[in-house]
Formats: sequence, structure tokens, C-alpha cells
Amino acid sequence: MLEIRNLHVKLEEEDKAILKGVDLAVEAGTVHAIMGPNGSGKSTLSYVLSGREGYEVTEGSATLLGEDVLEMEAEERAAAGLFLAFQYPVEIPGVGNMTFLRTALNSQRKARGEEELSAGDFLKLIRAKAKDLKMSQDMLKRPVNVGFSGGEKKRNEILQMAVLEPKMCILDETDSGLDVDAMKLVADGVNALRSEGRSFLVITHYQRLLDHITPDVVHIMADGRIVKTGGPELALEVEREGYAHLAGEAA
Amino acid sequence: MLTPAQRAAKADLADTLLAAAPASEKDGAWAREARALAARRLREMGAPVRRDEYWRWTDPATLTQLEEPEAAVFSDADESPVFEAAGGLKLVFADGVFRPDLSDPLDGIEGVEIAPLSEAMGADIHWAKDIYGALEGEGHYVPRPLAALNTATARQGFAVRVTGRADRPLHFRYLHQDTRSDAVVHHVVRLEPGAELTVLENGPAAARLNGCMEVDVADAARFHHVRAQGRAHERRAFTAMFARLGRESAYKSFTLTVNGALTRNEQVVDFNGDDAVAHVAGACVGDGDFHHDDTVFVTHDAERCESRQVFKKVLRGKAKGIFQGKILVKAGAQKTDGYQISQGLLLDETAEFLAKPELEIYADDVACSHGSTCGAVDEDMLFYMRARGVPRAEAQNLLVLAFLAEAVQEIEDEALADEVRDRIAGWIDRRR
Repeated sequence: MLEIRNLHVKLEEEDKAILKGVDLAVEAGTVHAIMGPNGSGKSTLSYVLSGREGYEVTEGSATLLGEDVLEMEAEERAAAGLFLAFQYPVEIPGVGNMTFLRTALNSQRKARGEEELSAGDFLKLIRAKAKDLKMSQDMLKRPVNVGFSGGEKKRNEILQMAVLEPKMCILDETDSGLDVDAMKLVADGVNALRSEGRSFLVITHYQRLLDHITPDVVHIMADGRIVKTGGPELALEVEREGYAHLAGEAA
Repeated sequence: MLTPAQRAAKADLADTLLAAAPASEKDGAWAREARALAARRLREMGAPVRRDEYWRWTDPATLTQLEEPEAAVFSDADESPVFEAAGGLKLVFADGVFRPDLSDPLDGIEGVEIAPLSEAMGADIHWAKDIYGALEGEGHYVPRPLAALNTATARQGFAVRVTGRADRPLHFRYLHQDTRSDAVVHHVVRLEPGAELTVLENGPAAARLNGCMEVDVADAARFHHVRAQGRAHERRAFTAMFARLGRESAYKSFTLTVNGALTRNEQVVDFNGDDAVAHVAGACVGDGDFHHDDTVFVTHDAERCESRQVFKKVLRGKAKGIFQGKILVKAGAQKTDGYQISQGLLLDETAEFLAKPELEIYADDVACSHGSTCGAVDEDMLFYMRARGVPRAEAQNLLVLAFLAEAVQEIEDEALADEVRDRIAGWIDRRR
């Protein structure tokens, strides 16, 4: 599904390398988790993959289903099936949540040469998905993320994921700022989307999200590299021993 | 400060402009007097020049030039006629001249008397006497020479008297057909106590337009005004609206401007009775040589009145947006609620937004606020939308519409607000 080889990335504005040779392969239908301390490059990896400006790839490659994503515009990556659930979902005053989501869905369909969804069909679709995530009609009508609580924002991310049906989902610290109930709701939403043709890359500091979303593979990232890879038990080891221990072991 | 020589030059130009206008022998006595007073005002103020305080950012030279103005006629055949769906009584002007053959009969709205300006001016006695040039004359806290010139010389327009609640809008449509047309139009509107009317205006009007509307809103009357100055690139316009508001009355005016080489829209609102409300708003989108100026002056001279000014400008290329807005609260105008916001959204680094918000308050128990901001499109919002698959241009359009939304919301009628939103969405895509 997603294949990253020897990826080196630096900030455009300054000569500071952040990713220093990341190798990662996420197979179709699997859930991979990336854990790591602050500043290890986890979020940068998610931004570079989704096409945020301000980063420069100096070496290496990243492909989605064999296609070079680094050459694509952000909107092209989305249409190709890449989805980033933001750590800090952006508020967009004046743009209705439903208008935004419908525009996004139809833009992606158009880019893929598919028929656009009518207003009526879209309404049916979004109502069903919103119900699963316990999102009110009011939340759908309000401007994108404006006045949403932290938990509501994250649920909105999962709603977008459910409607857009991407192939490769990257969750960037989706658990940050969530209480136990909200985390469960978000995790249920993600679990409902797990399928053979869809993969997940879950970026997190803590083990607790992984109690709800059980990963197939866990990677530890430190100083811009994947330093250790293992099964779900690796996450428990982190919880027990801390990152310093693991990073030290790898070095 | 102007030197005596500069003042003399302004007076000379005023004389020249007045002399250039054809005299009418059909004016009745009251009209002759109103015009003479306006001419005197203009001579005293002098014609506007760049050195004048309120013309510093907008060069009036092309509005006062004696040579025939010239503007290519723009075809808007690719879209349906603006405000057609509102079902108003349509009065059509071509290059500033009323065209009865293209218009509806004047007696089409119950409770609304409509007479051509020439007819009202030709009568010995007419109700328009108390308004024509009177509101414009009172509006000169800052000099408004082009409005005085309009009063002194206008031959075209309508006198509209509203005695009841109009069940359909009055719709002025201004066609531009002649590349060298120079139009002067002046409307006078009187709303009797408790009356209600919506006036719609649209169209480029002429290569150059000087348009005035004086609106006298009596106690408990309501006046709504929605205007679309659309799409033609080379047109130039100076417009001025003067409103006098009675007790518990309402005055709401919204203007959408897209394209145009030069547009200066002035609004002068005077609160004369307590508990009245005035909302003036504008949204504009422009590219290239676009120059758009909103100059607004609201005077509170009564208690518990509410005024809002909401102006939003989207500027591309070398477009320039100007806002000069003032709230004057006179002594005794207690419990005044005044609000003013002006914002510029610059889509290119070459665009410019200049704002001069002013508050002048002589009463001690008032709530007045004003703000002005200017910025580029938010990159985080843009990336968020693109990351969901919305192409950059479309994402930017959505953000532009969102930016303008606060101004469009000032339109009370939902159907008209929706049409304005649709037009903006279409016009930002077809701005060429």
C-alpha cells in the first residue's frame, strides 16, 4: 500500500534535517503504529506524506500503490486515497461542514473520473455516517470545526474519513486532547473502517490509543529514523521502559 | 491645506462642470431653486481633487474630466439577468436614459407612486421638493461635490413615494450600450410612516455614472436596498446614497461590486428619530486595475439607534480597496449602538487595502466599536481543504465566499442573499 524508502526531509527555510532515512512499508489491510518521543519526526512524516508546503525531500521516495506521492499536489494525494487525520483540525469560519465535505468528496470523485454525488444522495450518506459517530445535525451545519470541542473535532476527522473512504489513513496523534469516552468513540469509528483494502498508520505518543485500535506492527521512531519495529508488545514495552531506553538500545 | 490658487482652480473646475451640463427649461420654480442651491454648494466646495482629505486614496480626475469617458461594453450574456427572480417592477435605463419600452408600467406596485424625475421637477409643487437636494445638502459634513453636481444637473431618475407595504421590489436596471456614455441619475424616495419598500439596482449603467439616491424614511418605515454593480471592467462610477431616518425606522443597504475600473460608493446616514436602525454593507471582488472605494458617514442625532457598517473587499492583482467610514455620535444621542468593520483579503502581494475608520463621540452613554483588518488567505485553512481533495483554486473560492459572508448576511431577504451568494460564486470564477 504505502512504501517509504530512505526518506530524508529538511525544512525549506532552514538547513535542518528532520527525517534522516525513514524506511517503512505498510501492507494493504494492516494497521501500523508509529511511536516516538517529541521531536522524533513523527508529525513531519505525516505532513510530508500529505503534501504540506515548507518541507524539502532531499533523498528517498514514498509511493502509494506504486505511485510516487511526493510528486503530487496535496489534493491529488487525497484523490489517490491518502488521508491525514490532523492533530489539530483547522477551523474554517464561514464554510459549512457539510458544504466542505460535499465539495471534498465530489472533487475527489471528479479527479478520479467518477460521477459526482447529488445533494440528496450525499445527505443520506452523511446522515448515516454521522449517526454512527454520534454527531448531531447541528455539528454538520456549523462552520468547519468552529466552536467544536477537542473531541468533536477529532470525531469530525473520523467522519470525513468515513465519507471519503480513503485507502491509506494516517492518524496524527488523534488521541491528543481526548478523554476516555471520546477516545473510545474515535477508536470505534476507526475500527469500523478497518478492511482488507484499507491501511492505517497511527502516530501516537502513548500506548492507550493502541488498547482500542490494535496495531499489527509497531515502529519506534527517534531522531528522524525508525529505530525499532515489532508487534503490539513493543508498545507495551515503551509504556514500561520509556523511549530513552529503546532509543539507547538501538543506537 | 490648499493654497488660494488651488482653491480657485477647484472653483473654476466646478464652474466648468456646471457649464458643461445642459440647462433645462422645463424645470418648475422649486426645481430651479434646488439646482441653484446645489450649484452654489458645488462652487463653494470646489470640484474634488486629489489633495482633498477624502479623495487622497481615490483620484477623482476621471470622474471630473471633461473629455467623454470611454468604456468597453461588457457582455454578460453567459448568465441569467441579475435579480430577475425577485419579480420586481423593472425600470430600465440604457446609458443613463430611461427606456419605457424596456420597462414595466409605473403603476405596477400598490401603494407606490412612481414619477419620472423630469415630471416631478417640472411641476410647480411636488412632494419631492422637501427631499431633492435637501438630504444631499445636509450630508455635507465632509464635502460631497460630485453629489452636489448631480443635484444641479440630473435629468434622469424617479421620484418614488411609498404609502403602504410594497408587495414587490422596485428594480432599477442600468444597461450600458454606448462605449462613450456619461450618465447622471438621481432618485428621490419618500417612505411615509409605516411604509416598506425594497429597491434593487443592477448593471454597469454607462462608461461613467454619477448616481444619487436620497431616501427619506419616515417613522416606523422600512427601506431595503440591494445593489449589484457587476462585471464590466472599464466602467467608472460615483454613487451617493443619502438617508434620513425617522423614529423606529429601518434602512438597510447592501452593495456587491465586481470589477470596474473605478467605483466610489458613498453612504450618508442621518438618524433623526429615536430607536431607528441602519445597516450598510458591501462586498467587492476585483482584479487588475480595479479600484473600489466605500466612503460612509453615519450621524447619530437621536437616542437608542443602532448602526452597522460591514465592508469586505477581496483584491487580486493590482486591485486597490479603500474604506473611509465614520460614526459621529452627537451630544444627547445616548444609548447609541454603533459598529463598524472593514476587512481586506489580499489574494496577491500587489493588491492594496487602505482603511480610515473614524469614531467621533460627544455622548457619554454609548457602545461603539470598530475594527479593520487586512490579510492574505490562511495557508492552514487552504492546506486542510486541499488535504481533503479540494483543488487549490476551489478551496480559495470557498474561503473568499466565507470571507464575504458576514457582509452578505446583512441582506435581510434570504432569497436575495442567496442570489447574491450565487452571483459571487459565479463571478469569482468568471471574473474575466
